[in-house]
Amino acid sequence: MANIENLLTIKNLHTSFRIKDTYYDAVENISINLNKNEILAIVGESGCGKSTLATSIVGLHDPINTKITGEILYKDLNLAAISESKFNDVRGNDIGMIFQDPLSALNPLVRIGEQISESLVYHTKFTKEQRKERVIELLNQVGIPNPERVVRQFPHQLSGGMRQRVMIAIAIACKPAIIVADEPTTALDVTIQAQILDLLKELQAETKSGIILITHDLGVVAEIADRVAVMYAGQVIEEAPVEELFNNPKHPYTRSLLNSIPQMNSENEKLQVIQGLVPSLKNLPREGCRFSSRVPWLDANTHEVNPVLHEVSPGHFVRCTCWKHFDFESAEGGN
Amino acid sequence: MWKTIIRRILIMIPQLFVLSLLIFIMAKFMPGDPFTGLVTPDTDPNRIEELRIQAGFYDPWYEQYYRWITNALQGEFGDSYSFQVKVSTLIGERGLNTLWLSLLSVTLLYAIAIPLGIIAGRYQNSLPDKLIVLYSFISYAIPTFVLALIFLFLFGYQYPIFPTSGTVDVQYDPGTWGYFWSKVYHLLLPAITYAILGTTTIIQYLRTEIIDAKRMDYVKTARSKGIPISKVYTKHIFRNSLLPIAAFFGFTITGLLGGSVFIETIFGFPGMGQLFINAISARDYSVITALVMLFGFLTLVGSLLSDIIMSIVDPRIRIE
Ligand SMILES: Nc1ncnc2c1ncn2[C@@H]1O[C@H](COP(=O)(O)OP(=O)(O)OP(=O)(O)O)[C@@H](O)[C@H]1O
Ligand SMILES: [Mg+2]
Repeated sequence: MANIENLLTIKNLHTSFRIKDTYYDAVENISINLNKNEILAIVGESGCGKSTLATSIVGLHDPINTKITGEILYKDLNLAAISESKFNDVRGNDIGMIFQDPLSALNPLVRIGEQISESLVYHTKFTKEQRKERVIELLNQVGIPNPERVVRQFPHQLSGGMRQRVMIAIAIACKPAIIVADEPTTALDVTIQAQILDLLKELQAETKSGIILITHDLGVVAEIADRVAVMYAGQVIEEAPVEELFNNPKHPYTRSLLNSIPQMNSENEKLQVIQGLVPSLKNLPREGCRFSSRVPWLDANTHEVNPVLHEVSPGHFVRCTCWKHFDFESAEGGN
Repeated sequence: MWKTIIRRILIMIPQLFVLSLLIFIMAKFMPGDPFTGLVTPDTDPNRIEELRIQAGFYDPWYEQYYRWITNALQGEFGDSYSFQVKVSTLIGERGLNTLWLSLLSVTLLYAIAIPLGIIAGRYQNSLPDKLIVLYSFISYAIPTFVLALIFLFLFGYQYPIFPTSGTVDVQYDPGTWGYFWSKVYHLLLPAITYAILGTTTIIQYLRTEIIDAKRMDYVKTARSKGIPISKVYTKHIFRNSLLPIAAFFGFTITGLLGGSVFIETIFGFPGMGQLFINAISARDYSVITALVMLFGFLTLVGSLLSDIIMSIVDPRIRIE
C-alpha cells in the first residue's frame, strides 16, 4: 500500500480483571497499530483475550473490576486514560462497534429506527427530519430492503442476517474512522456469514475506515483481512500481512491453527492439531513462553526466558524462539 | 388482540361456573344455616322449621343452586342476616372503601419501591444500596399485624396525628373537599402500612433486574454509541427492568381489591377484608359465597389484565 496512515496505536496494553481482590491480565502487554483503509484481523482460540482487547479499545469495561494500563492512542487522545464523558465523544462517533450476537445486542423493546438514530442525536447536529433521512440512507447502505418499514419494527421481527445489518448500520451511523467487529459472523448461518463479510468489505472500501476484525475463523481472515495478529493467552504471538502468515506461518500455535482447517483435498491425511486448551485466566502461565506447556517435547532452552516479538521478515513478527525447533513430525513423536 | 381478549373473557365463563358450583356445594356442607343465628332461647323450633321450608332449604340442591346462580347473575346475592342489608349493597359499599384504599396503597407502593429499587440497582454495593437492602429485609421480616399495630400505637394514640378507625369524619357532606380530604386522611395510615410491607418484593425484584440488565449486550451496544450513561439507564436499563413489574401489576391491583384482613381489621377500616372475616365468624353464608365468587372473578381478571399489560409494554409478546 502506498501511503500508510496510522489510525490507532496500542502500546503496552494490559487489561486485567479482578478475581477476589487480585487482578489477572487477560490482555498482556499488547502493542499493535491499525492503519487507515485496513482490515486487521485478530485471531485466537476462545478465551485468549480477543474480546477483552476489543472492549478495551471501545472502553466498555466495567471500571470497578477492570484495570487498564498502557496506551491506546487515537488522534491526540489516550483512550486508555480518558474520562468516561470524553470517551463518549469518541465512541459511536470515531469508533463504532459490532457485536457477535445481533439478537442480544439490540434492545428488544426499542424500534430499529430509534436504535440507529440514537447515536446521531449525540454526535451530529441533525434535525429530527435529517436523522430520519440518515437512518433510511444507512439501512439502504447496509442492504436492508424496505427500510421505511424496518425503522418501525422491533429486532425480533427481523432475521439474524438483517439484525446484523442493523448492527452494522448502528456502528457506521456517524461514519467512524475505526470499526471494531467482535466475531460479527459467528452467530449467523454460513450463507449469511459470507454476505455480511462482503458488506463489511464493501463499506470499508467506500469509507476507507480501519477495521479491527475479531474472529476465530481463519477462512474469514483469508477472505477479507489485510493483516493478522494471532493471540495466545493474552499475548500477540505472531503478526504478519495476511499472505505472509498463510504462506509462511512461524509460531507453533499459528501453524497448528492453520493445520486445523480441514482441507478439501486431504481426506486421508490426519488432522494435525496440538492438544490442549487455553488455560483459564487464573491459571494462565505468567512467565516464559506461554505456549511451552502445549509443546512439552521441546527442550526448555529452545524457549526464550522472556519471549519477545522478533521481526523475521518485514512486517512479520514472531514471539519466542521455539518456532525454530518445532515441526509436526516431532509433535507426533512427542505424543 | 381484541379477538384474543374477548376469547379470554369467554373462557372465564365456564371457569366461573365451576367455581360457583364448588362454592355452593361447600357452603351447603358447612354446619348451620342462616336461621341458626336467629335462634334465641324463646324461639319456637317449629317457627324456624317453617322459615326453612319457606326459604326452600329442603328443595333439591340443583334447584337451590339454580335459584342462587340466576339471582347472582343479576347481582343479587340475597340478604346478609348478620348485617341486615342486601349483600350487593354491603359489598358495593365495602368494595368502594377497599378500592380507594387499594388505589392509594398501590400509588404509595410504587412511589416508594420504584425509586428505591432503581437507586439500589444502579448503585449496587454503594452505601445507599446497602441501606435500601437492609430496609427491605426489615420490612420483609416484620409481620403485617405487628407493623400495623406499631403504627396504630405510634400515630394513632401516642402521637395522634391519624384517625384510628372509620373512613370519613361525620361532619363533612359528601362531594365537598373537606369530605374528600377526610377520606384520604383516614386512608393514609393503612395505605402507608400496606405500601411499606409490599415494597420488599418490588425493590428486590427491580434491583436484581437492573443488575442483570447492566450486563446485557444491548447495554454494551448503547454504551458503544457514546450516549451519556444516564441516558443508557433511562432508555435501555430501567425500561427493560420494569417489564416484570408491569406484568405483575394486574395481579397486584386485583389482589388488593380482595382487601387485607389484618390491616383492615386493625385499623377498623370497613373494607372487603374485614367484611370477609366478620362474615366467616358470623357464618353469614350469603356474604361468604358472594365474596369468594368475587375473589375468584378478580383473580381471573387479574391474570387477563397482566397479559394485556404485558402485550402492551413488550413488543415481543402478543397474547394468543
Ligand atoms: N468481566 C470479566 N471478569 C473476569 N474475567 C473475564 C471477564 N471477561 C473475560 N474474562 C476472562 O478473560 C479471558 C479472556 O476472555 P475474552 O472474552 O477476551 O476471550 P475471547 O478471546 O474473546 O474468547 P471467545 O472466543 O470465547 O469470545 C477469559 O479467561 C475470560 O474468562
Ligand atoms: Mg470473545
